[in-house]
Amino acid sequence: MSARVVFFGHALHAEWVKLRSPRSTWYTLACLFGVGIGITVLATGRAGEVYGSASAAERLAWDPTGRSLTAYLVAQLVIGVLGTLVVTSEYATGLVRTSLAVTPRRHRLLAAKVVVAAVVAVVAGQVLMFACFLLGQGLFASQDVPHARLGDPGVLSAVVGGGLYLAAIAVLAIGLGTIMRATAGALTTLVGIVFLVPALAGLFPSWFQGLLDFWPSQGAAAVFATVPDPAYPHPWLNLGGMCLGIAVVLAAAFVVFHRRDV
Amino acid sequence: MTMIDVRGLTKRYGLDTVVDDLSFTVEAGQVTGFLGPNGAGKSTTMKMILGLAAPTGGSVTVGGRRYRDLPVPLTEVGALLDAGALHAGRKARDHLLALAAGNGLPRRRVDEVLARTGLDSVAHRRAGGFSLGMRQRLGIAAALLGDPRVLIFDEPVNGLDPEGIRWIRDFMRSLAREGRAVLVSSHLMNEMAQTADHLVVIGRGRLIADTGVDEFLRGRGEGTVLVRTPEPAEFALRLTATGATVREGPDSSLVVTGLASEEIGKLAAYHGTVLGELTPQRPSLEDAFMELTQDSVEYHGVTA
Repeated sequence: MSARVVFFGHALHAEWVKLRSPRSTWYTLACLFGVGIGITVLATGRAGEVYGSASAAERLAWDPTGRSLTAYLVAQLVIGVLGTLVVTSEYATGLVRTSLAVTPRRHRLLAAKVVVAAVVAVVAGQVLMFACFLLGQGLFASQDVPHARLGDPGVLSAVVGGGLYLAAIAVLAIGLGTIMRATAGALTTLVGIVFLVPALAGLFPSWFQGLLDFWPSQGAAAVFATVPDPAYPHPWLNLGGMCLGIAVVLAAAFVVFHRRDV
Repeated sequence: MTMIDVRGLTKRYGLDTVVDDLSFTVEAGQVTGFLGPNGAGKSTTMKMILGLAAPTGGSVTVGGRRYRDLPVPLTEVGALLDAGALHAGRKARDHLLALAAGNGLPRRRVDEVLARTGLDSVAHRRAGGFSLGMRQRLGIAAALLGDPRVLIFDEPVNGLDPEGIRWIRDFMRSLAREGRAVLVSSHLMNEMAQTADHLVVIGRGRLIADTGVDEFLRGRGEGTVLVRTPEPAEFALRLTATGATVREGPDSSLVVTGLASEEIGKLAAYHGTVLGELTPQRPSLEDAFMELTQDSVEYHGVTA
C-alpha cells in the first residue's frame, strides 16, 4: 500500500509533478528556445557582411563558436525565471506551507526543488546550446565565412560548458528566490548580477575586480569562447569559481529556509 | 484519546506576544472549535502545530510526536490553512498528485478524495478558475489524502455561501463521527455552536476557556425568559414581587431573569393572567463569547 517512511525520492517525485504540471513551466521553456534561437539568427545572419569588412586582426580573432553562442546573454535570464519560480511561486500562493506540511524536513524539500530544477535546466541548457551552435554554424557556412565543427579543438568544451553555465544560473536563481521569497525581488537581483554589475565593472574598487574574473557575463563567460582570451587562460576555472559562488548563495538559502517561519 | 497536545505554547515576534503560554488538547472523535477574535493567535497556533512556525517556548505534539518527526505526515495529520494556496495554472488532480507523491501515497487515493469532496468532474480543470467553494473542497480533499486521524481547518467557512457552509459543517461532523480528531478555528461563534462538541477559546494568545459547548453556555450567566401578556405592567409587578428581575423586551414583552419559565407559568395561572408567549432564552454563544473576550480584543470599536 502506501509508504511507511518517506524518502528523498518521494520529495523528488512530488517536485517533478509540480514542475511539469503548470503551463507556465512549458511557456518559460518555449520562451527560452524562442529567445535563444532568435538571437542566434540575429547574431549570425549577417556574418558575411561583418566578416567581409573585418580587418586582418579581427579575422584572426574570429570565433565562430563563441559568436553562435551569444544567445546565452539573454537565455540566462529566461532560465533564471524558471529557477526562481520553482520557489517564489509557492511563496506567492502560500503553497509553500502545504509543501512543508507534506515534507516537514525543510532541507529535503529545498534539495528536491534544486535537484529537479537543476536537472531540467541542465537538459534545457545543453539542448539550447547545441541547437544554437549547429544553427549558427549552418548560417556561417551558407555565407561562406569560417565556421566550426563540434570535433574542432575546444568547441565541444565551449558548447557543453555553455549549457552548464546556464544551468548554474538557474540554480543561482533558486537560491535568490529562496532568500528573497518574491519573484520580483529575485529577478531584479538576478538582472543586477548578470547585467548591471558587468556593465558597471569599471567603477568598482580593485579588490572587487578579482571577483569579476568569476562573475556571470564576465570571467565565467569565457567558457563560451574557443579563441583563447589572454585574460582568462583557463575558462573552466572561471566557470568553476562562479559555481563556487553560487554554492555559497545556495548554502545561505538552505540556512534561511531552515530557520524562517513560513 | 488525545491527538493534539499543546503545552505552554508561546510565540513572540519581537516584543509582540502572539501566543501566550497556551495549553489545551484536541481529542479524537469530536470537533474542537478553536475560537477567538481576529488576531487572537489562532492561525499562529495552528502553524506551530504543523511545524511551520517555531515556538518561542512550550511544545506541541501530534499523536505524541512533533510534527516534523512524523514518518509519513499526511497519514497522521491533514490540514487546510488557506484555500487560496494553489497554483492557478495547475490542474486540481495534478495538485493532489504532487502532494500524494510527496508522501508516497497511492494514486487511487487522489481519485478517492476527489470523489468524496465531489470534485471528480472538475479534476482536470486548472485551479485558477475555481470558485472559493471549490477551492475549499480541493483543500479538504488534500487534507484527506493520507486518511489522517487528525484534521486541522483554519476558518474553513470564511466567505462561503450558505450551501457551502452547510456542506463543510456536515462534513466536519461526519469526520468526527468516523473517530477523527477535528480542530476547526473560527471567529464566528454561532457557527461553532452548530458544529463543535468542545471549545477552546483564546484571546490575545491566552486561553480563556477550554470546555464543552453546552457547559460553556450553561456557565455563562443564567438564562432569561421572554414573556408576552396583554397586561405587562401589572404582571411585571407580580414577577418582581417574587424576587425576579424584569426588564422591558421588544414589542412590550418582558424579559425575566431569576425565575424559570415553569414558575412564571404557575404564577400567571394563579393570578389568572393571560400569557401570549412564554419562551426560555438560551444565552447565545455570541453573547457569552463577547462577555468573555471583552478585554482581549485587539481594538475596540467605538459604539455611537
